[in-house]
Amino acid sequence: MNAQASTRPLDIERIRADFPILQRTVRGGKPLVYLDSAATSQKPASVIEALAGFYRASNANIHRGIYELSEEASVLYEEARAKVARFIGAARAEEVVFVRNTTEAINLVARTWGATHLRPGDVVVTTILEHHSNIVPWQQLAAERGILVRFVDIDEDGRLRLDQLEQLLRTEPVKLVTVTHVSNALGTINPIPEIARLAHAAGALLLVDGAQSVPHLPVNVRELGADFLAFSGHKMLGPFGIGALWARYDLLASLPPFLGGGGMIRTVTTENFTPGDVPARFEAGTPSVADAVALGAAVDYLETIGMAAIRQHERALLAYALPRLEELPGIRLFGPVGEDRAGVISFTLGDVHPHDEAAILDQNGVAARAGHHCTQPLMRRLGVVATTRASFYLYNHEGDVDRLVEALEEARRVFGVAG
Amino acid sequence: MSDLYREHILDHYQHPRNYGTLENPDRTFEDSNPLCGDRIRIDLKLADDRIVDIRFTGRGCAISQAAASILTEMVKGKSLEEVKQLGAQELLEELGVPISPARRKCALLSLKVLKAAAYGLNEWPS
Ligand SMILES: Cc1ncc(COP(=O)(O)O)c(C=O)c1O
Repeated sequence: MNAQASTRPLDIERIRADFPILQRTVRGGKPLVYLDSAATSQKPASVIEALAGFYRASNANIHRGIYELSEEASVLYEEARAKVARFIGAARAEEVVFVRNTTEAINLVARTWGATHLRPGDVVVTTILEHHSNIVPWQQLAAERGILVRFVDIDEDGRLRLDQLEQLLRTEPVKLVTVTHVSNALGTINPIPEIARLAHAAGALLLVDGAQSVPHLPVNVRELGADFLAFSGHKMLGPFGIGALWARYDLLASLPPFLGGGGMIRTVTTENFTPGDVPARFEAGTPSVADAVALGAAVDYLETIGMAAIRQHERALLAYALPRLEELPGIRLFGPVGEDRAGVISFTLGDVHPHDEAAILDQNGVAARAGHHCTQPLMRRLGVVATTRASFYLYNHEGDVDRLVEALEEARRVFGVAG
Repeated sequence: MSDLYREHILDHYQHPRNYGTLENPDRTFEDSNPLCGDRIRIDLKLADDRIVDIRFTGRGCAISQAAASILTEMVKGKSLEEVKQLGAQELLEELGVPISPARRKCALLSLKVLKAAAYGLNEWPS
């Protein structure tokens, strides 16, 4: 990607034409305004075709077949791994472990690294911004192994209190810092390179939840400084059922297997087994081959558009949307304003319950999410039971924001929200 | 204007009937939907196993609160036996707006609470 191509404004109408679902209507003929990409992204035709094409033309189980189809499927699977590895700047393809999703990637780290490196009394530091998937696996380890889970708070703007992180790193036996790159509820982009420096200076490792960053920002693991990076294919134009864990090769090679079964072993006797190499060691059982191949197609698509251009586009949409939303009397907008903000907007409108807001949006064809966004500790911290969330991706345009604002105007009228 | 938020729903939401608590209620029960934070408490005053007074308090979405208000009007004067027989469909019909599967829990929370009170539960059996 050359820098020029990556910062040219996106040709949104051409991009939209690549996403078949954007042609459909909802709720009795209303054009679909899809503002829930933080939950899952829509898929371009090339990804849908890659998935169907695999089953149509190349379907076979991988690795152990000596016939042409199986070899072909194995090559496609490993090519997809290489694409994902290149996409995030990994040093080698084997550093990418295919899993089902971010949640499984984080659990993999908890169950392999955590189970061999954490002793009773050791501290795992997470943050109040996290998705439940980066809280519960550590709470499970706390219950089983007596480790302690500590939370870094946010300030009034929704930015992490790095001073608290430094304090924890100074005063407690912290072995792991585990933090989301981008908050799925507030859109905060956390300063991962800085957090990596702090964690490493204290002898701790850093796990980054990349579920909301790998799809939306240029992410390069060499610049990030993280030890583990977890992300989901379905949020980055890929299919459900495939995601990845990245870690440096030597770190992966030092870890025990995750699940036991076929594919992850070198040899098995009636007495014992020896684990296979990295990454096979972590991929027990038949993997989601077709989904991996389609994820490779998603990466191709994202690279053609360019991640810097996608980021720029979402930044521009945010700059278009925030002032319009701010003008709505009674609205409360969450999250920081600045360069460290991704295309996620959480809000409440007067004392209208977010489910009522989202229902009115839905009647207008606007798909947005209302609820706790799997961030209950954060909701409690903000003093709300739920928010309504609109989130952008490369296929959204200003017209989507206009439709959102119109629907919110209607919600205000229906519920009589004053200023 | 809106299929779901018809005037009578908004009216019950904004001006709930039988809102509040009873002093020395014969039955009281409270429950919530953890997913959306809707919460309803219902107090009953009984005479001869018949509801002579009913009050509810709660917070949450318009559907859950309007349904609670409508339900209190439906059951005042009814016997506990009649309340135990009351079906979800009857409340949904009384609401008279299309309730999607995702909102059913909101619409029916008050009925769940009322039934628990009618059966004299203090908490859900685990
Ligand atoms: C920040 C963050 N982490 C983790 C997840 C979990 O992703 P998945 O459900 O694909 O495992 C999500 C998805 O909502 C997320 O937004």
